[in-house]
Amino acid sequence: MLVVQDQEPDPMLPRRYRVRSTWAELAGVTSVELTPVDGAAVAFRPGQFNMLYAFGVGEIAISISGDPAEPQRLIHTTRSVGAVSAALTKLCEGDMLGVRGPFGSAWPVAAETGRHIVFVAGGLGLAPLRPAIYHVLEHRERYAGMTLVYGARSPDELLYAEEIKTWKSRFDTEIEVTVDHANPAWTGRVGVVTSCLDRALAGIDPAMVSAFLCGPEIMMRFSVMSLADAGVPPDRVWISMERNMKCAIGFCGHCQFGPDFVCRDGPVFRHDHVAPLLSMKEI
Amino acid sequence: MSADAGSRFVIDDPSALVSALLDDGWRVLGPRLRDDAIVYDEITGPGDLPRGLIDDQEGGHYRLRAGREASWFDYVVGPQSWKKWLFPARQKLWSAEKTGDGFDINPAADDWPKTVFFGVRACEIAAIEVQDRVFDNGDFADPGYRQRRAATLIVAVQCARSAATCFCASMNTGPHADSGFDIALTELADEAAFLVECGSARGAAILDRLEMRVPEEGHLRAAEAASKNAADSQTRRMVDDIPNLLREKLDHPHWEVVADACLSCANCTLVCPTCFCSDVEDVNDLTGDHTERWRTWDSCFTADFSYVHGGSVRRSTKSRYRQWLTHKLSTWHDQFGSSGCVGCGRCIAWCPVGIDITAEAAAFATDPEQSGD
Ligand SMILES: Cc1cc2nc3c(=O)[nH]c(=O)nc-3n(C[C@H](O)[C@H](O)[C@H](O)COP(=O)(O)OP(=O)(O)OC[C@H]3O[C@@H](n4cnc5c(N)ncnc54)[C@H](O)[C@@H]3O)c2cc1C
Ligand code: SF4
Ligand code: SF4
Ligand code: FES
Repeated sequence: MLVVQDQEPDPMLPRRYRVRSTWAELAGVTSVELTPVDGAAVAFRPGQFNMLYAFGVGEIAISISGDPAEPQRLIHTTRSVGAVSAALTKLCEGDMLGVRGPFGSAWPVAAETGRHIVFVAGGLGLAPLRPAIYHVLEHRERYAGMTLVYGARSPDELLYAEEIKTWKSRFDTEIEVTVDHANPAWTGRVGVVTSCLDRALAGIDPAMVSAFLCGPEIMMRFSVMSLADAGVPPDRVWISMERNMKCAIGFCGHCQFGPDFVCRDGPVFRHDHVAPLLSMKEI
Repeated sequence: MSADAGSRFVIDDPSALVSALLDDGWRVLGPRLRDDAIVYDEITGPGDLPRGLIDDQEGGHYRLRAGREASWFDYVVGPQSWKKWLFPARQKLWSAEKTGDGFDINPAADDWPKTVFFGVRACEIAAIEVQDRVFDNGDFADPGYRQRRAATLIVAVQCARSAATCFCASMNTGPHADSGFDIALTELADEAAFLVECGSARGAAILDRLEMRVPEEGHLRAAEAASKNAADSQTRRMVDDIPNLLREKLDHPHWEVVADACLSCANCTLVCPTCFCSDVEDVNDLTGDHTERWRTWDSCFTADFSYVHGGSVRRSTKSRYRQWLTHKLSTWHDQFGSSGCVGCGRCIAWCPVGIDITAEAAAFATDPEQSGD
């Protein structure tokens, strides 16, 4: 017999938030900072996501890109690609939107103390990694090292470029940025993430590396191969996955990836757990 | 005569039970004859129950015909399942109204009177229990589903025959239901009587209002024989060890063979009593001030199901059929600790081209050459 509590919260019901501020990141990419209208701010773990609802348009999964140590500043970075994401990038200060979450698994960055943390990001994949980067930067003394390898299509597509400069200016981080296609003003590296990653790994004891990857699946596939070739233990590599999501709570079935629900068991997976299915098409 | 969970009685026919439930204010949902099929809908009196019917079912085939005169429950499962009541095909989740400085969100009211599912078969009890685990997964629960479920009484009917599409015996979900009901009925055709099993205190409270007799040895034996007959007459069965087997066969060439026949029409997922996939839809009024969020049944056979910006993950029919079969028979175990198939045979009968889940599973089991990836 099922027991029903009187006031069971409905996990499909959004909470109302208001836009405190919004700023453009890149062409078509906007960040928003949100504050709750109903109730208090909710703690989150790096790598988790929310379902953001634009009134009358729809609801989509967007990673939390802010600092987990400051949950009262809920930050999301969205690229406009369709109806809902376009509506989210058009929000203005004071506008209201709906939020469900936080959902999903997290980068186990707090558990990987003592290790050399390697972040590998492609394009907008830097957004879900940024909370973990913040955590390592704030507790840098707990880690053997921190490396970020970040690639974008062009210099105009580099997310958080100013912030990356401040990370780079610290002496206790290794930051490698590369673009596929340079423009005349670009003086940095040109080439794919993997070549940059190979170079970055050269000076690190691979056994000490814990790697966190987020970006297009093809980029993650080749990066994982580079990590494996360098001798990074397979059980120290995590990736974040993206699948169609309608509910984020294991009900709608859309995000299934073999036995896993990407919304509940992921989006962050230890790579060796999903590797066999990742190598197959159309799973 | 006073009933307890576990006690057994005999009645002449189910009429008095249906009337007692209606008199007591229950909404009774049960089998009705509609468009030449048995469906589950509201029953206003014992006379609504279809009688004297039997169903012929085969791959891509379902037909009702006259059976033993005046029999009550000789047909088995039709195109609908109880899922349509507990997990409606279209359901409003909430609505929102624009206000001066934003919007208000109002949860949808769920009107669910105290309800009886009348005539639930063993495989259907198993299917309901499967969906119980889906909609209360340890992290999240669907409060609407749970409330409907808790306010619903189950009157089971123990099958006395099987259709050619049934294979519950090999799924260990039937044909006899041992638990999961409040009351269970077994039609004893030769005795012109029904054996009544009481499954719960709620069931007992209703049975206490009926005139019932103590069963004789003959009644009990006849009931056992009915269940045995149903089990023995099943011609289809699921091959052994299919959850592990399929895990190894994701690259198998047989997927292409099924895909050639499969229309990707989604019928199998819609008739399946355990399939739970859904989509959401936002419905706006003309002013744009009022909007509603609806949940609708969806299927892994549609192109949009796996859409991510840039295209669908599962573009081919092969990959969609593979998702369906491996989910039902293999990964469901990883997710929910049981099979996603209860052996009801609906997907076989209602497949327009008669694809047979038991035959497809067997094809993977019997091919010695290909082990796939
Ligand atoms: C866990 C997770 C985290 C994400 N984090 C971010 C982020 O931080 N920033 C960001 O810009 N984008 C992120 N995305 C992608 C984002 O969800 C899609 O871009 C968005 O759903 C597109 O919706 P749309 O209606 O604007 O576009 P359309 O292309 O019109 O999509 C129609 C519908 O398909 C589904 N859909 C389409 N693409 C995706 C997708 N990639 N993932 C899931 N569902 C999809 C959605 O239900 C969407 O409403 C994330 C996706 C996931 C699964
Ligand atoms: S078989 Fe398809 S429609 Fe049915 S539950 Fe699985 S993914 Fe959903
Ligand atoms: S997969 Fe087919 S036989 Fe199994 S429960 Fe679903 S409809 Fe019934
Ligand atoms: S998003 Fe609905 S089950 Fe994962």
